[in-house]
Amino acid sequence: MPFIANTDEQREQMLAEIGLAEDDLFAAIPRELRARPLQLPDGMPEQEALAYMARLADRNATHLVSFLGGGFYDHFIPSAVQAIVGRSEFYTSYTPYQAEISQGTLQAMYEYQSAICRLTGMEVANASLYDGGTALYEAITMSLRITGRRSVIVDETVNPIHRKMIRSYTGNLGIELAETPPLNSKADRERIAERLTDRTAAVVVQNPNFFGCIDDCTDLGEMAHRNGALLVVACYPISLGLLKTPGDMGADIVTAEGQSLGLGMSFGGPYLGIMATRKQYVRKMPGRIAGRTVDAGGREGFVLTLQAREQHIRREKATSNICTNQNLCALTALAYLSLLGRQGLRKLAQVCADKAYYAQQRLLEIEGVALRFPRNWYFNEFVLELPARADRVIRRLLEKDLAAGFPLNRYYGDMDRSLLVAVTEKRTKEQIDYFAHVLEVSL
Amino acid sequence: MKLIFDRSTSGRAGVAPVRSDVPVRAEFPAHVLRDRDAALPELSELDVVRHFTELAGRNFGVDNGFYPLGSCTMKYNPKAAATAARNRGFFDLHPLLPQLPTGETLVQGALEVLYELEQQLCEICGMAAFTLQPLAGAHGELTGTMIMAAYHRGSGREKTTVLIPDSAHGTNPASAAIAGFDVRAVPSDPDGLMDMAALKAAIDDRTAGLMLTVPNTLGLFNPRIKEICDLVHDVDGLMYCDGANLNALLGRCRFGDLGFDIVHTNLHKTFGTPHGGGGPGAGPVGVCEKLVEFLPISIVRHQPDGVYYLDYDRPRSIGYVAPFYGNFGVLVQAQAYLLMLGRQGLLRVSENAVLNANYIRAKLQGHYDLPHPQTCMHECVFSASRQAAAGVTAKDVAKALIDRGFHPPTVYFPLTVPEALMIEPTECESRETLDAFIEAMIEIAELAKTNPGEITSCPKKTPVGRLDETLAARKPNTASLA
Repeated sequence: MPFIANTDEQREQMLAEIGLAEDDLFAAIPRELRARPLQLPDGMPEQEALAYMARLADRNATHLVSFLGGGFYDHFIPSAVQAIVGRSEFYTSYTPYQAEISQGTLQAMYEYQSAICRLTGMEVANASLYDGGTALYEAITMSLRITGRRSVIVDETVNPIHRKMIRSYTGNLGIELAETPPLNSKADRERIAERLTDRTAAVVVQNPNFFGCIDDCTDLGEMAHRNGALLVVACYPISLGLLKTPGDMGADIVTAEGQSLGLGMSFGGPYLGIMATRKQYVRKMPGRIAGRTVDAGGREGFVLTLQAREQHIRREKATSNICTNQNLCALTALAYLSLLGRQGLRKLAQVCADKAYYAQQRLLEIEGVALRFPRNWYFNEFVLELPARADRVIRRLLEKDLAAGFPLNRYYGDMDRSLLVAVTEKRTKEQIDYFAHVLEVSL
Repeated sequence: MKLIFDRSTSGRAGVAPVRSDVPVRAEFPAHVLRDRDAALPELSELDVVRHFTELAGRNFGVDNGFYPLGSCTMKYNPKAAATAARNRGFFDLHPLLPQLPTGETLVQGALEVLYELEQQLCEICGMAAFTLQPLAGAHGELTGTMIMAAYHRGSGREKTTVLIPDSAHGTNPASAAIAGFDVRAVPSDPDGLMDMAALKAAIDDRTAGLMLTVPNTLGLFNPRIKEICDLVHDVDGLMYCDGANLNALLGRCRFGDLGFDIVHTNLHKTFGTPHGGGGPGAGPVGVCEKLVEFLPISIVRHQPDGVYYLDYDRPRSIGYVAPFYGNFGVLVQAQAYLLMLGRQGLLRVSENAVLNANYIRAKLQGHYDLPHPQTCMHECVFSASRQAAAGVTAKDVAKALIDRGFHPPTVYFPLTVPEALMIEPTECESRETLDAFIEAMIEIAELAKTNPGEITSCPKKTPVGRLDETLAARKPNTASLA
């Protein structure tokens, strides 16, 4: 066993020295409760285990040219990201309770929080939550704590998977959840205005929304604020290289799925739940927060702060049950943003938009193919209206090793012919042209 | 050291900007654009790498040295597991692929990983089924208590209260509260186990369940566990096991056999995946037969012809707790770890984990108070009360250990032990390492008697000394804004 150091001889010596026999170690477990021998295979040497796992990995499709997005994106990850995150001082440590030997993690948390604030146009951020869906749910309960109200309005162009998560969690807490269908492609202002009452804690929207449409929510923020409610905006971090920040739209709480910031798609996780807010709400925010302070000698350093909100102090009265952040993923995002830098992020966002725009133009040249929501601004994702059922078209294109996008009828009942197409900087002109070609011949 | 933002020089970049190979440029109206660039730092690739290398030097991980943080199971993270997770077929796999028509054929290897890991966890814990979706231990608790709520809602009985021992992790009551329950604490008896009289007094028709950590946070296995399960089951309550301490029991006993209905495990503790400085983890939840229908959407199934698929048609499920199938990258690592350990390896883990803890317990007994001196399981809990009376607190002991090259144990937890020092060595550590730690602990105990100032002035060898937490909380500075 390479992961166990004690030899048989040492074990015997140790037992003898402390006056125990081997059977004594588990004597507290009554005999009748002991396990039968486990029905598991014998252990494998590393070489065999890696070969076994590599065989399973090879049974997944890695050959596809993919235009699949839906909130989870195939962006390029610079090699230095893995070199940084792969340092074992970071990944083999735990929660930085002992601040003096955790300054690496703590300063990185503080820098991550700072980078998120700068990206989103907000004043404070936590050190991350599990994923974008959890962040959105936590933003909702945070809005209840701030306003003392029980009702929330969620626009249906918020990622449908995240909305499903919200429904599971709010079900047990007596939270009134109103999901409002969009008008054409965007949050329906009139309907939301009708729904807004003095019981509404928050209006929850997404930009760009699930259909890829850019929706400036400034007016919704004003509407919410007039009613004493908050504006919660979910966003796509890469788009913020170009687009107006949620902070500039008047958002009170900003959330995001941070996977696009240097994390692999990794079949659903680990991901990164981003949350930022205004300074006045910092004590109502869930999750770990690193703060800057000094030691007795005046040297600057970092600690976990505002812990009075947290479960290990407050137990059942805590702001959230979450006890860690998604620390290594936050570090990944920080390393990624630091490598791209001020101009790099803008240029990346522009190239994503350029390639998506090119794809849109090429695909719209095909007879019978249209934009489902014309007269919109798109970032890197858009909805095509096809002359056939989208799921059938996707199936045909998969045979050509191309993942054409996501069939919206999976989550939106009346959108059988709607295909959600995402384009990142990793897609080449040649691949986009190939997409247009195979789509045309398959219709 | 400097913040990364303070190392920035305008015009630098750590990656060459991506080039566009398309002949068009997307133009946007000014009102949808940000009015200035996000003030991210501007550094060369080397600048960035050096910054983080310097930060890494200010951190302490399991790879740096002994890390006996009680209840956290800071075992070695085998490198092969990380290699397995970096396979392109896992790392680059889009989570929506199986939701495409015929998409499940594109992810058969990934579904097999999930299925096999579930099966192995069922066997190890003695449960009927597992969900791998919970994204951390506390998330497993929340998922488990949501299942508890769904079960009772289905039966129509009014079950409002979850019982939790006072020695439990703080996440237990917090999770139960978020699942909609009232929480009632049950005190411990003088032996550190659940006070049976108090438990009997607390149980009534409104009892939805009891959350118990096994072995408990004192490292003790409660031999009356069966009796406790019966008491709770008699009022149709559910028994929830916080499996944070499963490392002690691998191959020795199984939660299902003990009578538990719901259990969560922590893959980042028992199954060797990295703690990552506080995440990502994974907190799979196992349930007994009658609760399987409440597990989250989706479930991996296996057809007789060998094809794996995802079952979304689950009308009584608690719904979605994660966007997809869990922290897959972590699950792959746990699966690789289990492959390498196998049946025999698991037994060796629990044997050495328990031996190492008892070795420390026996060798330090006499130097520190030991409120519960019986044979322990995977961890032992001392009290620095004796030293505190002389002015050296558990916190001081911790800081003195830092200067001696060790990560301190968990301090001030469990709450039931004053000046607690909760030590969990794990199976990975050698006798030599344990001896060095024991020697340091004894030296600190001696200095506490003869020269306490030597201890209370620690740490001295770290880049910063003890930091002013009150200042940090009173005037929060949580971000450097542009």
